[in-house]
Amino acid sequence: MTVETKLPFNQEYIQAFSKDRNEPGWMATIRSKALEMADSLDMPKPDKTKISNWNFTDFQHSYKEAATIASLDELPEELKAYFDKDASMENLYIQRNQTAAYNSLAQDLQDKGVIFTDIFTAINEHSELVEKYYMNDAVAVDQNRLTALHAALMNGGVFVYVPKNVQIEDPLQAIFWQEDTDSALLNHVLVVAEEGSSVTYVENYISHNDTEETVANLVTEVFAHDNAQVAYGAVDNFAAGTTTYVNRRGVAQRDAQINWALGQMNDGNTISENITYLLGDNSNSEAKAVSVGRGKQTQNFTSSIRQFGKQTDAYILQRGVMKGAATTIFNAIGKIEHGGTKSNSEQESRVLMLSEKSRGDANPILLIDEDDVTAGHAASVGRVDPLQMYYLMSRGLEQEEAERLVIHGFLAPVVSQIPIESVRKQLTQVIERKVY
Amino acid sequence: MSGSVLEIKNLHVSIEDKEILKGVDLTVKGGEFHAIMGPNGTGKSTLASAIMGHPKYEVTEGTITLDGEDVLEMEVDERARAGLFLAMQYPSEISGVTTSDFLRSAINAKREEGDEIPLMKFIKELDKDLDYLDIDQNMATRYLNEGFSGGEKKRNEILQLMQLKPDIAILDEIDSGLDIDALKVVSKGINKMRSDNFGCLIITHYQRLLNYITPDFVHVMMQGRVVKSGGPELAKRLEAEGYEWIKEELGIEDEETAEQNA
Repeated sequence: MTVETKLPFNQEYIQAFSKDRNEPGWMATIRSKALEMADSLDMPKPDKTKISNWNFTDFQHSYKEAATIASLDELPEELKAYFDKDASMENLYIQRNQTAAYNSLAQDLQDKGVIFTDIFTAINEHSELVEKYYMNDAVAVDQNRLTALHAALMNGGVFVYVPKNVQIEDPLQAIFWQEDTDSALLNHVLVVAEEGSSVTYVENYISHNDTEETVANLVTEVFAHDNAQVAYGAVDNFAAGTTTYVNRRGVAQRDAQINWALGQMNDGNTISENITYLLGDNSNSEAKAVSVGRGKQTQNFTSSIRQFGKQTDAYILQRGVMKGAATTIFNAIGKIEHGGTKSNSEQESRVLMLSEKSRGDANPILLIDEDDVTAGHAASVGRVDPLQMYYLMSRGLEQEEAERLVIHGFLAPVVSQIPIESVRKQLTQVIERKVY
Repeated sequence: MSGSVLEIKNLHVSIEDKEILKGVDLTVKGGEFHAIMGPNGTGKSTLASAIMGHPKYEVTEGTITLDGEDVLEMEVDERARAGLFLAMQYPSEISGVTTSDFLRSAINAKREEGDEIPLMKFIKELDKDLDYLDIDQNMATRYLNEGFSGGEKKRNEILQLMQLKPDIAILDEIDSGLDIDALKVVSKGINKMRSDNFGCLIITHYQRLLNYITPDFVHVMMQGRVVKSGGPELAKRLEAEGYEWIKEELGIEDEETAEQNA
């Protein structure tokens, strides 16, 4: 009996897709094996969120190349707001649909061997380097059906490589702009920071499909080698029609640091996993995330830091605001593995409910397999404090303005961590728009 | 031009169905400083909260008007914009909102759209008042009341008073928990507000505040009513002799005793 595939893609299609992009053999093999596996793998099982009715698998994959962007003046105003007007426009990658439409990297960084380029160019020009990291140690192809689908059908993304001891002062910025929504986005971001290097990377996902349905299946893999530092900022802003699965993982070696600041502002249903492995001794990670849920969307966010090394330090901070009939689950999982002595795991998850019909849940989970450690957690789900409102309104602020201040204040600990000022402002505006 | 008039008539207020105020009459006019004194638990702070519109307090009878306008019909923010201000005994902590951002929003809330206070003017006036109240400049950039000491919170309330310039202010135990130096500074700020266009209702447990701020009128509250009014000399006598003589003079029995006798 042949396996009945529910997926509307076959090996022929995938191999043709790979060949069209002149991919090396290893990549074609990953795609092919992944497709083979996909059917037999389970869907991810986010805690307390039922996704059996969500469409993650039925979508259009083929796409036409979009026009490249010669000058940033061609961009719509909404997009221009994502970067500083006076900035040099260096260290910027813009992906229009699935096409690398604009890419610049400062000359001095190029001279030092920094790579900042679209994923297909990277696979061709830096084949061995990408092969070493691509879906091996961070996100496994066979983690679940969606990671396998991602591996089989990956159709966009960016590669960041920072050589040993290179410190990049200015942030690298990527904008993934889904101008058309005909095809699903299976975007892959790979960041490799070699020993003693440092980099700040900020990405924005933007789409406008309020009604047309499509899928985003995103994977990020971050590798911080010994004593490397990676600051990773993101503002996800897919419109209501996009169903999103986003899997961001980091692997930190000895003395390395990976800090996440994620603004998760999608309007559609979303499953988000952000997992960091602190493998090396004395490595550390902060995973900070904010979300605003509205309308009828359902979202599930998991932030997890697994600590293998000794003297590792982990801090998870989640803040969510729920309105309308939105449902959001926040899972914070701190895990100290056996052998991770003198490690510390802290977490805080807080959800603010603005409406009767919205639902929110914060699940603090600490899993400790070692004695000589410290850990702490805090979680709360509540409404805006009427006494805070009374205090602010007693100074003449209208109810809406008072509530706005309380909400901004509530989200500030995460928003303030977004590395690029223009992106931070943009996130603040998105929050404003979503809350009112 | 003379100032505003806050008029309270026969005010009855309950909290969770327990009546605290049982018919308070009081009028505060621009240019006047009134002090309300009285033992603990007699309804002084309830009066302050009811005037401002605290969500937990229910007015069951009586009226409050400001220049003839019905205050009880107004939302809390409307009362503020009409000219009322309450320096609170326990100000809320608002995480993530800086004191200066909050103050600017509050100042602009009173102004017309398009007539917002220019940023430089705001900063200049804020710096001036911070200096006047001996407050560290960095308070402006700290989150509102978060992690403030008791004294810092009180100074911050007076800072807001000076910045927002209300017509009628109510100060609810602004002196509690202050050391003598802080008390002097806070009093200095309040005295600076004195003008024909500013009326003030000072609620205090202790006479010592009145050594620094001289009231024009002193009222004694007991058992939910104003039982005696007089001039500054009344406060001095209370300080010297306590409240017992008033009870005797007016034939007021302690409530617990009264209940037992009933």
